[in-house]
Amino acid sequence: MRDFKRISVRRMTKRFGDKTAVDDFSIEFGKEEFVTFLGPSGCGKSTALNCITGLIPITSGEIYIDDECIDDAKTSVPPEKREFGMVFQNYALFPHLTVKENVAFGLKLRKLPKTEVEKRVDDALRLVHLEGYATKFPSQMSGGEQQRVAIARCIVLEPRLLLLDEPLSNLDAKLRVELRYELKALHERLKVTTIYVTHDQAEALALSDRIVVLKLGRIQQVGSPQTVFTKPANPFVADFVGYKNAWKGKIEVLKENGGTLGASVRTKGALIETKLSYPEGDPRRDAIIAAYKSGGSVTTAIRPEDIAVIGQGEGAARGEGNVIRCVADLVEYQGHANSISACIKGCEGERVDLHSASDIAFGEAFEACVDPEKVLVFAMPEASPARSAP
Amino acid sequence: MKGRSRNGALLLLIPAIVFLVLLFIYPFGYGLYTSLTKADGSFTFANYIRFFTNERDLRTIGVTLGIAVPVTLLAVGIAVPLCYHMRRGVPGEKIISFFFIVPVTLGTVLISEGMLTFMGPNGWLNQLIMALHLAQKPVQFTHNYAGVAISVGLQGFPYAFLMLLGYISGINPDLEKASQMLGANKWQTFWKVLFPLMVPGIAISFCLNFVMAFSVYPSAVLLGQPSGPQRVIALAAYQWAFEKFNFNAASAISMIMAAIELLVIAVVLAWRSKLYKGASIVGKG
Ligand SMILES: Nc1ncnc2c1ncn2[C@@H]1O[C@H](COP(=O)(O)OP(=O)(O)OP(=O)(O)O)[C@@H](O)[C@H]1O
Ligand SMILES: [Mg+2]
Repeated sequence: MRDFKRISVRRMTKRFGDKTAVDDFSIEFGKEEFVTFLGPSGCGKSTALNCITGLIPITSGEIYIDDECIDDAKTSVPPEKREFGMVFQNYALFPHLTVKENVAFGLKLRKLPKTEVEKRVDDALRLVHLEGYATKFPSQMSGGEQQRVAIARCIVLEPRLLLLDEPLSNLDAKLRVELRYELKALHERLKVTTIYVTHDQAEALALSDRIVVLKLGRIQQVGSPQTVFTKPANPFVADFVGYKNAWKGKIEVLKENGGTLGASVRTKGALIETKLSYPEGDPRRDAIIAAYKSGGSVTTAIRPEDIAVIGQGEGAARGEGNVIRCVADLVEYQGHANSISACIKGCEGERVDLHSASDIAFGEAFEACVDPEKVLVFAMPEASPARSAP
Repeated sequence: MKGRSRNGALLLLIPAIVFLVLLFIYPFGYGLYTSLTKADGSFTFANYIRFFTNERDLRTIGVTLGIAVPVTLLAVGIAVPLCYHMRRGVPGEKIISFFFIVPVTLGTVLISEGMLTFMGPNGWLNQLIMALHLAQKPVQFTHNYAGVAISVGLQGFPYAFLMLLGYISGINPDLEKASQMLGANKWQTFWKVLFPLMVPGIAISFCLNFVMAFSVYPSAVLLGQPSGPQRVIALAAYQWAFEKFNFNAASAISMIMAAIELLVIAVVLAWRSKLYKGASIVGKG
């Protein structure tokens, strides 16, 4: 493998006709890093991946490995010369070749001596726990086994960059978790720089050094799993990492208190008191102060698990703030808790999603409350075309 | 319950079996019986012996193979790279496909008649060749080997093309990408991935084309020299049946035709299974 320090993608854009699948995409990958592209279906994850490999020509932008430009939209190093490895969503194993021949495919093209090919293939198969499968054909294997062959086929070549396109999405839930652990262990051992594509936030959080959240071809946030999970950059990312309750409202009162901001947000369904630990200089802080001054709208975001059911009448004692009065209209038993979806009393169309261990019956009226520290507030960008849906 | 539903399913096979018996097994059995008897119905090998000892009849095998094998190879050989280039669709694909399908719909006789005038000594093709000074005198495309070969090729090619196009565009495009990512260039990807996966399709379209070409009759009569160099085996069978009214001898010839076709098909399928040992699915994942 030719050594390198970093791979940088600069302002990469890909258009299909007048549809922009990847828009102004810039990111750097450090050596040995595990980066995940996270986003909903159709947000351009696969397209971004294919552009980086060179399998799809980019419309504009540049890709560099250290100082070497491998793609600038006019000239590009062909995929077979980039020394990248890719695992496809449907594995793309060669059905006419045995497992061994599949794994040896790239080595044979490199005209390595036969004994070395044998040795490296055996090593790779051992690494993915497929020692006994060498002479089988892909059609004789399960999805999980095929997946491992696909991984072995890539890592045997010691690629500079390993790209995985939703490699676990075709597997059942249990196997998905197992293979996730294996992928993580493999990365710990081989330290191969990896880009991993998924729409599953659990996978992204479990595996990544850094997560890139995408929406409609644009990067929404780049950060560590902790950052993305606890400090989402905008309502879209918040929704994607589980802040299911997003309510629009206006800030009625704003108290600045050292590092924290106490904003009282009047939403349709409730008055939400918040305690935002946005430190001085945080752009989110400035945006909220600006929204308060201009009277612009904001969005509150709350996780279902941060909303708690409280006893009858307890709400009255607490006063108005952060008490939500609602009627359950969907109760799903989910083992550890009930997942409840309720409509807020007196507000047509406003809903609240919460988790509760207590039994709430369908149609039952109840009160719930939320801890001010668990609420996020985002100032709504005023008609910023980049962030709005088409 | 189980037994009943299985019997029910078997009943559904009856139309197919009736069809098979009426259209295939009965004529074949009758032909075999006729070929092994004399006119009076007594058993004999004489019909076969006569064919294999009559030099004029025997050489029809070579003549027909000499047309069918190269023409089929050429048709499939052109169809493979053409389909490769058209596998993801090309601009004007509908028009191209249309021109390939037209010969199928027109029928042998119309094409042969057309070729007689178009490619004849005073036809457009020769006028063009003369105008471009490619030759001093008209090139002979009709009433010879070339005429028969072109006509047979024109009729067979669309089948090979359409069949292989369906086959190759059914191959998962990710396989090509995967091969590229593993370091293969286009040429290596074709020979190591696409071609092996196309082998079953190539084998089938070769067999189909060969069988059609081997039973060539109208083209040979209209565009060849049916009494001499292009006296094909089907013509020999026809002459025994309708000129000499010896149906027993004609049946024997058609049995020999069938045997040769089966032999060639067996060889092709052996080649196929030697090259293609993997799954029969086309890498759909
Ligand atoms: N070849 C193409 N021609 C036109 N549009 C395309 C093409 N490939 C992708 N697109 C469009 O680009 C957008 C991004 O597609 P892409 O396959 O990258 O999404 P994705 O994030 O990988 O989704 P998924 O999670 O479903 O795989 C989609 O809206 C898709 O319709
Ligand atoms: Mg995708």
